[in-house]
Amino acid sequence: MADLTTEFLGIKSPNPFWLASAPPTDKEYNVRRAFEAGWGGVVWKTLGAEGPPVVNVNGPRYGAIWGADRRLLGLNNIELITDRPLDVNLEEMTRVKKDYPDRALIASIMVPCEEAAWKAILPRVAETGCDGIELNFGCPHGMAERGMGSAVGQVPEYIQMVTEWCKQYYDKPVIVKLTPNITDIRHPARAAKAGNADAVSLINTINSITSVNLDAMSPEPMIGGKGTHGGYCGPAVKPIAMNMVAEIARDPQTAGLPISAIGGVTTWRDAAEFIALGAGNVQVCTAAMTYGFKVVEEMISGLSDWMDQKGYSSIEDFRGMAVPNVTDWQYLDLNYVTKAKISQDDCIKCGRCYAACEDTSHQAIAMSADRTFTVKDDECVACNLCVNVCPVEGCITMEEVAVGAVDERTGKVVSGEYGNWTQHPNNPAATAAE
Amino acid sequence: MAAGHQVSGVRSERLSAQEIAENFADLHAPFDAHEAAVAADRCYFCFDAPCMTACPTSIDIPQFIREIQGGHAESAAKTILEQNILGGMCARVCPTETLCEEVCVREVAEGKPVEIGRLQRYATDMLMERDVHPFTRATATGKRVAVVGAGPAGLAAAHRLAVHGHEVTVYEAKAKAGGLNEFGIAAYKSTNDFAAREVEWLLQIGGISIEYGRGLGMGLTLEGLRSDFDAVFLSVGLQGVNALRAEGEGKDGVRDAVDFIAELRQAEDLTALPVGRNVVVIGGGMTAVDAAVQSKLLGAENVTIAYRRGRDAMGASRFEQDLAASKGVKLMFNVMPKAIHGNGSAVEIELEYTDVVDGRVTGTGETVRLAADQVMKAIGQTLEGQPEALALEGRKIKVSETGRTSVSGVWAGGDCASGGDDLTVTAVAEGRDAAEDIHASLIG
Repeated sequence: MADLTTEFLGIKSPNPFWLASAPPTDKEYNVRRAFEAGWGGVVWKTLGAEGPPVVNVNGPRYGAIWGADRRLLGLNNIELITDRPLDVNLEEMTRVKKDYPDRALIASIMVPCEEAAWKAILPRVAETGCDGIELNFGCPHGMAERGMGSAVGQVPEYIQMVTEWCKQYYDKPVIVKLTPNITDIRHPARAAKAGNADAVSLINTINSITSVNLDAMSPEPMIGGKGTHGGYCGPAVKPIAMNMVAEIARDPQTAGLPISAIGGVTTWRDAAEFIALGAGNVQVCTAAMTYGFKVVEEMISGLSDWMDQKGYSSIEDFRGMAVPNVTDWQYLDLNYVTKAKISQDDCIKCGRCYAACEDTSHQAIAMSADRTFTVKDDECVACNLCVNVCPVEGCITMEEVAVGAVDERTGKVVSGEYGNWTQHPNNPAATAAE
Repeated sequence: MAAGHQVSGVRSERLSAQEIAENFADLHAPFDAHEAAVAADRCYFCFDAPCMTACPTSIDIPQFIREIQGGHAESAAKTILEQNILGGMCARVCPTETLCEEVCVREVAEGKPVEIGRLQRYATDMLMERDVHPFTRATATGKRVAVVGAGPAGLAAAHRLAVHGHEVTVYEAKAKAGGLNEFGIAAYKSTNDFAAREVEWLLQIGGISIEYGRGLGMGLTLEGLRSDFDAVFLSVGLQGVNALRAEGEGKDGVRDAVDFIAELRQAEDLTALPVGRNVVVIGGGMTAVDAAVQSKLLGAENVTIAYRRGRDAMGASRFEQDLAASKGVKLMFNVMPKAIHGNGSAVEIELEYTDVVDGRVTGTGETVRLAADQVMKAIGQTLEGQPEALALEGRKIKVSETGRTSVSGVWAGGDCASGGDDLTVTAVAEGRDAAEDIHASLIG
């Protein structure tokens, strides 16, 4: 069986599955249950500065969207950082770390952008024996209005400044948690690196309104007839998170910077994908909030089984393997030709591929009187929409047109030679291929 | 104390009132909102959906299920009722397993179709529970149409004609409207007096009056109707019952299954309804199954359906056959009645085994005797008392695709007319389509 032991920034954990700083990690009780359930590490719910803790709303904190059968696809929240006294959290963290020395325990911190505030809290956090800290520059709701969370993460100079303070006053690993509520994730990541961060973690939640109450005419979750934007997470955000992780992994200025990936990890496969994009581990929240801590068991068994099948003995064996294959559009091979192919054995004749192609794409699927659906190779541009709308996985596949064969749509022979937009005659800025 | 199964003869009170109530509860319990949401989520919203094509009334099934998914079941109900005004009853009695659900792509893929019938019931029940009638009448045309027979075809025609602004007079020979919805069909498919409630709801459209106790030969003639009305729609059903042509058919304890079912449907107290200890039902259609299963539910000890051909030829669907079997009804194939024995009252039935050669049933000579203190005939019904002016096709009134008979100004639909499968849903389609054709001819 593959060894899932992970060493991230020198912090060992029995598996790469950490619980993200969030409601599930707010208390000793929950964290102990998480460790008993098998989680490799926990980022404790974000600590604030000494003094009266923040208060939360007393109405609903979460909103959601669902897929078929009310499967939760996206969750948003307007909960703030921990609303329990700092002392209580620190005491609990100390006890938990002592009892679970083999698990990773990270303190998430969000205090005002003042050196004194960081200087004050860091030694106290260090006393807990936790393995590192994560700087919460991500939460987009509530705390951002007070100049913290994503308000810091949106200003690269602040990121660098605070990171430098932390590196100065704390001697264990410093992870900078990034907000996705920016235009180009590379800039905050570069700032973190410039501040000597040991790693970045991303993504924090995305600003969102999940629903509008059409009777009250208020966003939801609705608090006394009003709503506010909250942080969006869950399976729906995974594609956004993966792109941002990949951008940092392949940016020459940040390449090699350790990444703790966050965003919609629900099964082992999600984790494997993030790791293939360079992540050293993953953090999970929504899946646990949806199904309970037990979900980690499938993540562990699934990742382990897949690694065994592939012959990987450690996650380092495949970490980052997909990064070199993330490229710019302009470098995609325009001479690579595929056509959709419908397996008549698997087809259940629902006709969704036909409706999608006929109404919204390229009229490249024929439908016979007996509901046999076939691809017209002379019309198919290989857009993949039919594959994506087909309810039967694997029924429609994209088949490569062999080198030497004719693409019936263009009438051209597939050359097999790589040719991209930068070389294409239609591109006014094309450079000669020779 | 209930008499139990093992008392011989045709008698009442075999089971307690509580047992009867449990036995005759809804065959398919209605979906609650959560169940409906889960079931609706399974629909793939197929293009040119096979279910819709399979529906005799062409209900836009993907559309109504999507409306349920979208949380507006009343729109779903309207989508259904626009095509099929008796969508509530059809949701209960349609053999969906041989219509929409048989061709559902999920039946093909997984052997488990989207539960279209139950979803249809959910939507129509939601609307009818609020006592909403979603249709309004067009401006009055001044045209008057007579409908003879208030069964599914007649009611569907009357409603559609009323929607178009015509004045409709419905003549119904019985004291209640609904036809086989009210007097046929197993009780566990139409609980809580649904057939009558549906008629009442349908009549909310206005412009329809029903005169009970009147029909052709009961104070009405086709010629009279033709001269008094601008158009006539005949939906008189099938009044005659085929004979067994077996010795002893006249003995006590031998009756028509349709009468048994009608009596059962109208009974105030089912415990008071007599049923035999050993019941044999002759036939292979839905009526045979309905009579057999309900006999069993009333407390008969042994119930047998005796059908003269093989299982595949049986009119009742496999679902209905399995339902009967699950209730303890024995299905016998390739047997036909030869004689009913008993001194005045039936005691035994003698069945002869059959072969089917070139489509024709012939006896093999080998016989078997079953105890039978009650024998029910469910071997088909026939048209009776139709006006001579009407041309027939086979043994039914000959009609065009839109229900036109050979007599000008006279349309016909439902079981009395040629074509169709003698299902509630086909009767509704025929009534609706004839009404559209009548409307076109009156306005055109």
